[in-house]
Amino acid sequence: MSAETGAYLPEGLPRPGPAIDGLGAEFWEAAKRHELVVQQCRACGAFQWGPEWICYQCHSDDLTYTRVSGRGIIYSWERVWHPVHPALQEATPYIVVLVELPDAGNVRMAGNLLGDRTQDVVIGAEVEAVFEDKGEGDEAYTLVQWRVVE
Amino acid sequence: MSEDATMRGKAAIVGIGETTYYKRGQSPDPEVKLVLDAIQLAAEDAGIDVREIDGFAAYANDRNDPSRLMTAFGSKDMTFNNMVWGGGGGGGSAAVANAVAAVLAGYSKYVVVYRGLAQGQFGRFGQGPQAAVAAGPGAFTAPYGLLSPAQSFAMRIRRFMHEHGAEQSALRAISMATYRHAQSNPRAVMYGRELTEEMYDNSRMIVEPFHLFDCCQENDGAAALIVTTAERARDMKQKPAWVMSAAQGSDYRQAATAHNSPDYATSNFKTLAPRLYAMAGMGPEDVDVLQSYENFTGGVLMSIVEHGFCEPDEVNDFFTLENFSAPDGKLPLNTSGGNLAECYMHGLELVHEAVRQVRGESTCQVPDANVSMVTSGPMVQPVSDLILAADRGVDG
Repeated sequence: MSAETGAYLPEGLPRPGPAIDGLGAEFWEAAKRHELVVQQCRACGAFQWGPEWICYQCHSDDLTYTRVSGRGIIYSWERVWHPVHPALQEATPYIVVLVELPDAGNVRMAGNLLGDRTQDVVIGAEVEAVFEDKGEGDEAYTLVQWRVVE
Repeated sequence: MSEDATMRGKAAIVGIGETTYYKRGQSPDPEVKLVLDAIQLAAEDAGIDVREIDGFAAYANDRNDPSRLMTAFGSKDMTFNNMVWGGGGGGGSAAVANAVAAVLAGYSKYVVVYRGLAQGQFGRFGQGPQAAVAAGPGAFTAPYGLLSPAQSFAMRIRRFMHEHGAEQSALRAISMATYRHAQSNPRAVMYGRELTEEMYDNSRMIVEPFHLFDCCQENDGAAALIVTTAERARDMKQKPAWVMSAAQGSDYRQAATAHNSPDYATSNFKTLAPRLYAMAGMGPEDVDVLQSYENFTGGVLMSIVEHGFCEPDEVNDFFTLENFSAPDGKLPLNTSGGNLAECYMHGLELVHEAVRQVRGESTCQVPDANVSMVTSGPMVQPVSDLILAADRGVDG
């Protein structure tokens, strides 16, 4: 895992925040520290994603966020050509990947695949998390992006 | 399942109505007026006074509150009102099922199912969220430019195509069949606008693997239909479209956020389809004509597979223009033009078309169509589906 300068997509897209009830806040705080975390049940050990207030396996509410390796596998992908947001007018094409995390119960996370926007994307390819710091001051946040492991 | 425990053959759709269908933003009337018009047309079609409608069933967070509608009509009494949860078109058949449940439970005499959309007056579905902050589940997608329905669903379709070797030609066949059928339907917004293979192939890419013509339209208009009991339906103006079966719901953890449903490459019909067929006492081989909700062609692909019309690894052979074309294809599909080419009325126009097929009044009529099926809202949660029949096997 490493930090990278230069944002993949321009500023102006919605920035991430926890739900109105606070769910998910720990993930975004960890991302700012350049740590990838996944919700895990302390009672039964199950990982779950996205976050929820109880464990779907054992219904315990004793949940934590566990740091994971940041290594994953491309599960699906798409290349976006039509911009649906003003901030994306000059940003297409771009690639979104869905990444499976084998060391976190195979939960999935979406992010951009860094590098050539016209590259061939291979389902099953190994990727690693890259932390992308964006925004400033009170509006600073960090996205979790992905890069193919050579 | 005992016969008595189901709705099979006990209620019917007895009236349908729809406004002119417009391109998005082109309606001269506000949304609520469109809905009032569509309900009045459905009542006329059924041969009843609109004030006789005493139940209201809708879906997809329809903005037009039944209390306002019954007040505008001057109806004496409202006995039932109901909304199916979920924002997409997944509730289309479920709203019909809930209307059936209401008349069979003795709540209501006539329940109207309706949908109104004026995307010019209100927001567009195809646009991404414009808020400064994506809070909660949206935070895991929106900041990465994963914003619109097309972008959400392309990810599922890509995975299905990967797992089963499905090719772009399968998606193209769906789009071409719906456009072909719209050429016979003067109600269709795409009437007079043929789609050729070359036009599809050369059309701009929205998000791989979706070309422009894989995506539904955005429209203004309203549609309504009326449900009542078999007892009343027998003696009404129109030939009843008997409700033989309906199913609604969602498979295991399908709404897991950030694209985490354990079974991912699915339209969400795997647990519904067996329930649908069991209630009807039928199988896919009994279906004469299918209206399958197209938010995007890929959703139709998975819906058809999950309803047992073909094996997932056979889609490249089965998904052809010939097989999907009325009147004599193996599975005539979306015979009015559907969401892609008739009107994106959130799939309620598909139920109307299923009714027309059993009445024998479609502009792409399948000869002697008896069993007419609808699937509503693939890849969303919940989804629903419906089987109608001309002959309910009781009194002909």
